[in-house]
Amino acid sequence: MDPGKITSSIQLPGPGDSTLLLQHLVRIQAEFNYIPDKAVADLSSSLGIPAAEIRGVIDFYSFLHLTPRGKYDILFSDSITDHMLGSRELITDLTEKLGVTVGEVRGDGRVSVDTTSCTGMCEQGPALLVNRLAINHLDQQRIEQIARLIEEDVDLADWPKEFFQIDDSIQRQDILLSSMASATGASPDTLTTLLSPEPDNVLDILQDAGLRGRGGAGFMTAIKWRSCRDTAAEQRYVVCNADEGEPGTFKDRVLLQRYAHQLIEGMTLCAHTINASKGYIYLRGEYLYLLEHLQAVLQERRDLGLLANNISGKAGFDFDIDIHLGAGAYICGEESALIESLEGKRGIPRKRPPFPVTHGYKNQPTVVNNVETFIAASQIILHGAEWFKGAGTEQSSGTKLLSISGDCERPGIYEYAFGTSIRQVLGDCGAHDTLAVQIAGAAGVTIPSEQFDRSIAFEDISTGGSFIIFNSDRNLLDMVQNFTHFFAHESCGFCTPCRVGSSLLKDLIDKLHAGHAGHYDINELNRITIIMRDTSFCGLGATAPNPVIQTLTNFPEIYERQVQHTDYEPAFDLDAALEEARQVTHCFGPEAHIKS
Amino acid sequence: MPEQQTFKLDSKTIPFRDGDTIMDAALRAGEYIPHLCHNPEFTPHGSCRVCVVSANGRHVSACTQQAMNDMEVDNRSDAIMDKRRNLLQMLFVEGNHVCPGCEKSGACQLQAVAYYTNMLSPHYTHFFPKRSVDASHADIAIDFNRCILCELCVRASRDVDRKNIFSISGRGIKARLVINSDTGKLGDSDLTATDKAVHVCPVGAILPKHRGYDKPIGERLYDRQPVSQVGDVAAHDEDDNHG
Repeated sequence: MDPGKITSSIQLPGPGDSTLLLQHLVRIQAEFNYIPDKAVADLSSSLGIPAAEIRGVIDFYSFLHLTPRGKYDILFSDSITDHMLGSRELITDLTEKLGVTVGEVRGDGRVSVDTTSCTGMCEQGPALLVNRLAINHLDQQRIEQIARLIEEDVDLADWPKEFFQIDDSIQRQDILLSSMASATGASPDTLTTLLSPEPDNVLDILQDAGLRGRGGAGFMTAIKWRSCRDTAAEQRYVVCNADEGEPGTFKDRVLLQRYAHQLIEGMTLCAHTINASKGYIYLRGEYLYLLEHLQAVLQERRDLGLLANNISGKAGFDFDIDIHLGAGAYICGEESALIESLEGKRGIPRKRPPFPVTHGYKNQPTVVNNVETFIAASQIILHGAEWFKGAGTEQSSGTKLLSISGDCERPGIYEYAFGTSIRQVLGDCGAHDTLAVQIAGAAGVTIPSEQFDRSIAFEDISTGGSFIIFNSDRNLLDMVQNFTHFFAHESCGFCTPCRVGSSLLKDLIDKLHAGHAGHYDINELNRITIIMRDTSFCGLGATAPNPVIQTLTNFPEIYERQVQHTDYEPAFDLDAALEEARQVTHCFGPEAHIKS
Repeated sequence: MPEQQTFKLDSKTIPFRDGDTIMDAALRAGEYIPHLCHNPEFTPHGSCRVCVVSANGRHVSACTQQAMNDMEVDNRSDAIMDKRRNLLQMLFVEGNHVCPGCEKSGACQLQAVAYYTNMLSPHYTHFFPKRSVDASHADIAIDFNRCILCELCVRASRDVDRKNIFSISGRGIKARLVINSDTGKLGDSDLTATDKAVHVCPVGAILPKHRGYDKPIGERLYDRQPVSQVGDVAAHDEDDNHG
């Protein structure tokens, strides 16, 4: 895409609507590389939001800055899968070539290099974002080219097109993907079919099909839609959660790229069922490259009468969709934080109850569903509940898209009927000598080889789709370290246990990784994980200690081999700390050293 | 007449009304559940987590959990007290809380709740964050070292004073209280000493100037009685709140 078009394709918000604050900020950041004070002041007076609050919003999102970033702002995806593919060596390589320090802007303002949480390109990494646009398949040669393009100040629009090529990577289709395989573009007939059953009938079919939310929590979709419809309100909203931030997940990216029409059909079906006239796609900032495509799809559908007013010729059925961009905050994948963000605020989760289904966007009843869920809903109405139930298990009907990355020959998107064993998945994607599989992302489960006969299902291993494979050459402690850093970075900071606990865990794992930990520290890890799990305000905090809990349970040896054979070790090298004293006193003999 | 709804708080039967949280009903019944970010004058917040209880076996914050008929709430067991102590220890190491040198000592709710839970040391590694003191205002000082992010001043300034002087910036361990003025300084805001926001801080972060140590240490609110008997510092006479 032409990066020059980014700013113009972000919808220009109307004056005075405070819910559009974040969208204003995203646009201004893209235009100026930062949010100038003048812009904060202007927004404050036009939206009636205190300037400190606006700065608080800027400070919350990783992609917004109060000081200028480089003209070329590079963010390396910092997920464990990127590390496994050699990203850290490439970061060193690029920063050395460009003469810039990680996290800082080069003196001439030309370039800044930093890291960011998983960008959702795990099967084609190592990956980076340059001015929010994804470049994948990084290797030394590509890094060299990038360094040259930056030094020569080549406009992004003139960078090689293949840099910005994003693969689909669909490796295995089952009923859902194959039902859409022949679908092309906007189909008025399909929408007519979807809108022909009565709303009650739609809910009955979805209920009968047993469709459960594909984001991982597995709430019954029919119940969610019905509660929303049955709540008296002036306005109801349909929100698509396309904030696919769980490390190792990228299936929504592929669905948005390939099946945007089917997604919007699903959202339109939902709107018709619950009687909503407004919808939003909350698109993670990392997927900016999809924005223009999605806008074009929406416009095409408006032009064909499949969106906006009197949809499909149904008098009075009005429904339109706006796209809101996220700005680098994992917590916004949590539905109540997503709604806060959609309202332009910091993405702090709300107290629940009340749930979004009765008090959501602008305090009105709101359905929030994952991309895959909306698509599955529309395909169920097209093909019937029996078609859907033909795959899966009694409690988990249908199929699940898995995003497979890590140590295997064929990473990518795999669709499986629920109930499929991990062993089969590993065989299909060409994984050998597998030590462990991390399922459901950083907050998920770490499955050892003796449990590979367990299956992907809500009643066994529930997942939004992240499936990262580690072979026996890997040190799982690297993964634990990566994930604890991830959570410390992504904690919203609202509640005590997550805000403080995630940083305490990060520091302890660093200490352990560096070989400075003793058994005392292992007990400390246990202690902190329990407090976080039991007392956190939201699911992020409660599951943030999972990488530690899971590996302490299933892989205690990765901890044991790191610990010193003493109860307690300080986090620093005692002998090295005395060096300054030795210099000052000119005592360098053995008596001036501590024996280790 | 409908039957009175009740739940069990430890061994006591607590009556409640529709819409009550566990905290609402407990406070009305004169039962103490330790808390910091809760103040009955404001909408429940649920961020400090110190009021964690086990309700029918689930860990919830008493200030946000709706009371339900026949619910069994554990508020006193060693396990619950242990969680609270750990949360308090986390708060202590996150900021720079030096009780012996703090003007609020003896009338500080963080300190009082820590005593109540038998917290004997901060236990965790101190973060020692670099935070500042803002003494730019003529009548009020703010020491960010002691802020525990309860957002009571944020809520009071927004909902009662209608001034929006305080808000939260940053994320994770970098989350911090900020002042809404052109310079970010308290002196350039329109905060006044009579604002509600100045009188809700449970710790020594927001303090009135010119009257430190009017009341000597040893004679202050929590020096005389434990927090479980006298409750929130904000609910007491001004003279008790500060030294």
